[in-house]
Amino acid sequence: MSNKKEREPLFSSKNLKLLREPLGANNPITVQVLGICSALAVTAKLKPSVVMAISVVVVLSVSNVIVSLLRKTVPPRIRIIFQLVVIAMMVVLVDQVLKAFAFEVSKQLSVFVGLIITNCIIMGRLEAFAMANKPWESFMDGLGNAAGYGWILIVVGFFREFLGSGTIFGYPVMETLGVYELGYEDNGFMILPPMALITVGIIIWVQRSRNRDLIDKS
Amino acid sequence: MENLINIFVRSVFIDNMVFAYFLGMCSYLAVSKTVKTSVGLGLAVVFVLTITVPVNYLIHNYLLKEGALAWLSESFAGINLSFLSFIMFIAVIASMVQLVEMVIEKFSPALYSSLGIFLPLIAVNCAILGGSLFMVEREYINIGEATVFGFGSGVGFLLAIAGIAAIREKIQYSNVPAPLRGLGITFIITGLMGIAFMSFMGIKL
Repeated sequence: MSNKKEREPLFSSKNLKLLREPLGANNPITVQVLGICSALAVTAKLKPSVVMAISVVVVLSVSNVIVSLLRKTVPPRIRIIFQLVVIAMMVVLVDQVLKAFAFEVSKQLSVFVGLIITNCIIMGRLEAFAMANKPWESFMDGLGNAAGYGWILIVVGFFREFLGSGTIFGYPVMETLGVYELGYEDNGFMILPPMALITVGIIIWVQRSRNRDLIDKS
Repeated sequence: MENLINIFVRSVFIDNMVFAYFLGMCSYLAVSKTVKTSVGLGLAVVFVLTITVPVNYLIHNYLLKEGALAWLSESFAGINLSFLSFIMFIAVIASMVQLVEMVIEKFSPALYSSLGIFLPLIAVNCAILGGSLFMVEREYINIGEATVFGFGSGVGFLLAIAGIAAIREKIQYSNVPAPLRGLGITFIITGLMGIAFMSFMGIKL
């Protein structure tokens, strides 16, 4: 950071870029390949996907800020353990809140709330960004990356629920439209785990054919 | 004994960490470019899972579970510390990985240098923490079952990562559409492998 005197505005173009870039050109899932583990398992229905996305936004942005605030006091040798403790603390909080206010969804998410701890996006952002930047920028970065993760989750969840069970948020859209009488049937295959991978594969395909810079050179 | 074999087969094929639950995907995608390194990582995962799952089993059953502290004194019987399990498990895993690393470095420097960076990275591999969390959720009745489950999950991961690495080595010679090259095609192949693994569903010994 330069030592210029005047304060940067909160939403300067640089900060907005931190927020915007992970949504598209530097998306954590489709470009950086981080955090796939939990992204795929919870997306059979839209509701758990949304809850998962929100949980990750909370955990990542808050732990980014905490790590960034303490970055100068923590000796580099123990930073991994320190980051893990911060993340684990946030995840325990989120888990307890979910159990208290959304028990059904927390049962559906089962072990995947706990697995936010080992979600590579979070460790990756703490290590790569929060350890070297100021709290506000870290907050923006955390928000941007978690949102980039979240929207992929929600898109995958939307298609899998819509095509797989003909509902959106549990509301029977297909039935209301009356397409079953025309001989339409739900594609039960979309609910099965492997289709999550293929859906993400297709999202990557679409994104890369629109933005040719992202294509693997090899 | 039959029960143990059943758990083993289940955890390798039916509840495969990678294909059924997508755990350990990050390292699965990042390290699967050549067969040799991916087998190295797979073996390290087998090793760490076989150690951490039983250790976490003991911690869960004798320290954290509701009524688990009853062996200390009657008055502790009502205590439920299971909300601490995430922190405890991840601490056990991180320290076990550190320990394993030191032991391997001392007794087998050759293996240590071939595993290289993968060993410390295992601490944040979702498959390891996932193994412990599934162990809690499925309520295995004794430590033998938990150990077999840990070992089996590790073997399942090894199988998956060695398989995808072999396919990726071959696919370099095929003409994949440019936007799908690399990551995209790997996702789709993994999906197809997952569908193939689903044919094991329903097998019971």
